[in-house]
Amino acid sequence: MSKFRKDDKKDLPAISTASLPDVVFMLLFFFMATTSMREVSLKVHISLPQATELSKLEKKSLVSYIYIGEPIAQYQKTFGKASRIQLNDVFANVEDIQEYAIAEREARAEEERPFMITSLKVDENTKMGIVNDVKQELRKAAALHINYSSRKKVER
Amino acid sequence: MSRKVPEIPSASLADIAFLLLIFFLVTTTMDVDSGLERRLPQWVDQKDLEEQPQINERNVFVVLVNRNNDLLVENEYANIDDLRERAKEFMANPTNSDDLPEKEPKEIPYFGEYMVTKGVISLRNDLDTRYGTYLAVQNELVGAINELREELAMQKFGKPMDKLDEDQRKAIQEIYPSRISEAEPKGKNFEAN
Repeated sequence: MSKFRKDDKKDLPAISTASLPDVVFMLLFFFMATTSMREVSLKVHISLPQATELSKLEKKSLVSYIYIGEPIAQYQKTFGKASRIQLNDVFANVEDIQEYAIAEREARAEEERPFMITSLKVDENTKMGIVNDVKQELRKAAALHINYSSRKKVER
Repeated sequence: MSRKVPEIPSASLADIAFLLLIFFLVTTTMDVDSGLERRLPQWVDQKDLEEQPQINERNVFVVLVNRNNDLLVENEYANIDDLRERAKEFMANPTNSDDLPEKEPKEIPYFGEYMVTKGVISLRNDLDTRYGTYLAVQNELVGAINELREELAMQKFGKPMDKLDEDQRKAIQEIYPSRISEAEPKGKNFEAN
């Protein structure tokens, strides 16, 4: 009999599953911490343009979003196919943007305000006219730091 | 004394945790928002615009995008693929050519007296320009300046921009300022970074 040969008749002990909940909880907490749920439901169709010189929006709490694009199918009956602006959950007009930018700023703590960013999520087929108007309004509201949201361009 | 409370079975704990885990797995989105970062110019009243000094023509790199998304660079048709190279040449002016922007000496930390370009990129678009085209042009212009900075950082410090410390980065940004002006029909407003 070899020295290393164990007695074959002995059963393999069952693996203890006592630590299974711990492992699963650990994973659970990881996903809970990293998850970010979509706050608004998009009412406009947006396919982002591509760019290479991207920078990341690191602190989500400092970002406010403006969506511009064609209304999705279910709203086209009432709003038509022309590009529209969406702020939070509602369609808005250009004049509402100043108010929105100021309200967003008021909602942040005093010390965070200088670092606020407005992210423009604009469909690539939008006409520049409406984007220009939005930019002018943002300038009036002194929300100068903006980010043209775009996807990473794949190498040509 | 109260009766002994029977122990709660913990066999289902794992199942509950799994359920929650799967819920978060499904709803989670890991993608980080990213985009082209710009700074808009301060709002100025239309009245004040008239008094702004005129910029010498050789110092302005004019990019026009029309309603058919065609590109006009310095009064000639251009392709977007060439834009980055041309913008780089304009901003750097390596041969000190007469029709490219002037330079003025400026005291800059780490570099000493350095000839800094006075060039300004002026981008103008039509109201009917596609946003995608506009962003592609912006991207090329920002890319040109970023590449110049990157090259200078490698040459001077032997490191890419994002490895430099705050002061070094500031110095390089001062040498290659990101001056992209988005001209309104009237006057010039700067978008700087």
